[in-house]
Amino acid sequence: MAMVQDKSHLGKILAAHAGLIAFLLLTMFPFLMIVSISLRPGNFASGSLIPDTISFEHWKLALGFSYTDASGRLIAPPFPVLHWLWNSVKIALITASVVLLLSTTSAYAFARLKFRGKELGLSALLLVQMFPAVLSLIAIYAIFDEIGNYVPWLGIDSHGSVILAYAGGIALHIWTIKGYFDTIPAEMEEAAIVDGASHFQAFWHVLLPMALPILCVVFLLAFIGAIIEYPVASILLHQEQNLTLAVGSKLYLYEQNYLWGDFAAAAILSGLPITLLFVVAQRWMVNGLSSGGVKG
Amino acid sequence: MYAIDWRRIGKTAGVVLTLLALWLVFGIYRAGHPWLASGGLAFLAASAALFSWQRAYAWRYLYPGIVAILVFIVFPALYTMRIGFTNYSSSNLLSFERATAYLMDQTCTSGGDPLKLQLLHRGQRFELVLQNEEGGAWHSAAIALAADKPQTLSLTAGGDPAAGEQVPLRDLIALQPALRSLTLNVPGLATPYRLNSLTSFAPAAPLYRRNTDGSLKNLQTGDVLRPNFQTGFYQTAAGANVQPGFRVDVGWKNFVRLFGSAELQAPLMRVFAWTVLFAGLTVLITFCIGFALATVLSWEALRMRTTYRVLLFLPYAVPGFISILIFRGLFNENFGEINMVLHALFGIRPNWFSDPLLAKSMLLIVNSWLGYPYMMLLCLGLIKSIPSDLYEASAIAGATAWQNLTRITLPLILKPIMPLLIASFAFNFNNFVLISLLTDGRPDFTDSLVPAGTTDILVSYTYRIAFQDSGQNFGLAAAISTLIFLLVALLSVVNLKLMRVNAQDKR
Repeated sequence: MAMVQDKSHLGKILAAHAGLIAFLLLTMFPFLMIVSISLRPGNFASGSLIPDTISFEHWKLALGFSYTDASGRLIAPPFPVLHWLWNSVKIALITASVVLLLSTTSAYAFARLKFRGKELGLSALLLVQMFPAVLSLIAIYAIFDEIGNYVPWLGIDSHGSVILAYAGGIALHIWTIKGYFDTIPAEMEEAAIVDGASHFQAFWHVLLPMALPILCVVFLLAFIGAIIEYPVASILLHQEQNLTLAVGSKLYLYEQNYLWGDFAAAAILSGLPITLLFVVAQRWMVNGLSSGGVKG
Repeated sequence: MYAIDWRRIGKTAGVVLTLLALWLVFGIYRAGHPWLASGGLAFLAASAALFSWQRAYAWRYLYPGIVAILVFIVFPALYTMRIGFTNYSSSNLLSFERATAYLMDQTCTSGGDPLKLQLLHRGQRFELVLQNEEGGAWHSAAIALAADKPQTLSLTAGGDPAAGEQVPLRDLIALQPALRSLTLNVPGLATPYRLNSLTSFAPAAPLYRRNTDGSLKNLQTGDVLRPNFQTGFYQTAAGANVQPGFRVDVGWKNFVRLFGSAELQAPLMRVFAWTVLFAGLTVLITFCIGFALATVLSWEALRMRTTYRVLLFLPYAVPGFISILIFRGLFNENFGEINMVLHALFGIRPNWFSDPLLAKSMLLIVNSWLGYPYMMLLCLGLIKSIPSDLYEASAIAGATAWQNLTRITLPLILKPIMPLLIASFAFNFNNFVLISLLTDGRPDFTDSLVPAGTTDILVSYTYRIAFQDSGQNFGLAAAISTLIFLLVALLSVVNLKLMRVNAQDKR
């Protein structure tokens, strides 16, 4: 905004800085607290926001080591956090690969090929993504319960079922990739086809290498989406060894067994990498954002 | 070009996939679902036709994605609505066939003396020695015990329990499932013997016999059970239900219960009111905060704007399940840091989790924290797209900053952001993760007959009915889900209309 500068200008700028910093302190409070809590001995508030003594007991437990407390008692890790993280990463990697494969091929058809009902299909995709999976939980549970009677590794409490349940969430990704394909001129592929390449060769050897950045972004988004998904995983997974991080983390904060400090360390350990990934991915996400995507 | 012959690879892959699918269809047929199998076969034929038909070339690319969406998104949604018209619940869990099979498997001891079991090791195998009270003894051949395949053994007279090493009780307990699957024929006795306690076999006969008209006759009491397809139970002549029930269609009964019965209608209306209020207030608050931040950050005279933007964005980047749980801990009434600070400053310790009003405010505070960065990003983008000559003109006319904001920025932003606000409303309308991880719907209404929470929104209420209550009433929960589907569909239609209008304006 081009403004006519007056005397109160400096005062306004200082006020804006002060306001922003105050707001930031308020919003950053949970993050600062969680770091402090993870370094504080014991699992309860000990009376100070900044710990007097620093203890790495919670970090040891989060990383899967036992430790001996002051009274000489050996304390074992309460939950297999690293195992949960591995479950999450495994499920998310497979899901992201499947989602990328399915959405790229569909996006290619929507961007480059002619077929009837294209516009209708694109609108339908937008419509489909308005209905979150949480509305279909009962059916998802019933379906996988039934499948499990015949194929145990796709039944309730299997990672296969979770991956399958996630595989359909591609509507928004199709839009994202299609949008990127639209920005790439079709001349290169047409030239390749004139030179005798098939549609598939033009798609595989010409278009995809140029679209690599968006493929990486969609892979990352699908990966993050699968890691942070809670409702579907919470009804499909039950045994402690099978849980994903999103479902397991809740177990730390039951009133009867309140492990605040242990949770803090585990939360930072698992939350930090995902946050960094998301910050990297969101750079390219702004287009997807403004087309109606909301993250959970 | 490459030496790889893609076409041949594609064809081979197609043939392999088709064979695999055929094998799967055959498996379904073998498992006793001829209709499902023929459906699968038709589906397979359609897919094969699609992939070999040149004119449907585009569909080769579309097909996998579309099928995934249809199978994993659309089908579960439709199936949920379908379940809303059934009595599927923990008391009516099985299909009719399974419930019948369960009853046919029931046995009763038909009098007769029980035989005491001694189990002897025979290398890797086992020998059963059975004795009655009069001193008679029978024994089996050495057999392998496995729970998953039922066996029928013919015993021979004679046998000495001291003739081998006895299996200790501990292992005997571990072998119970396998022993329970055995049926023993004792020479000279007509009824077969089955395990009836830890170490004894007793003559057992099936409890029910199936009549030709589909009714079951209880062989012990002579009662006749008839399946009632209205209630989903086998019933005696006196009308008593026999467990287990089975799934049947109940028509609109679930919906009638939801709106007709006072015990369900009252909590549903309260939950619905809170859902709308929660989603509406969330959108309003997050938009106000996001818009305010975006206007400040668009001010070019301000330094370090990028740093502020990245830091302000952080709450959005942290995985929801982690930040919500962090708040759950911070707000804890006894050990939470927020109450610690409030107590130190003002001497108060609010009951965030047990007072309904405070619990609702807590949800709104946390959700605003989670949601404002998204609104900020949207507003930043939209403010950037407003032509700067508008502001130059207003500066010449001597407008104040406030006038700029209310006369130029806000009106120009409101139209394009409307569909996104509605999408955000729809998202928060179904914001299950927040409710489930922060309050779980609690505190509960104290005056309600069916359990319902003051902070429950429709989806979390559905989840509670389906997965947390002892009744596990899937049918009723699915009926509520159906209502949510309709509401979301309504929102989506409005949204698509608005977007279309906006798109036309741009042209």
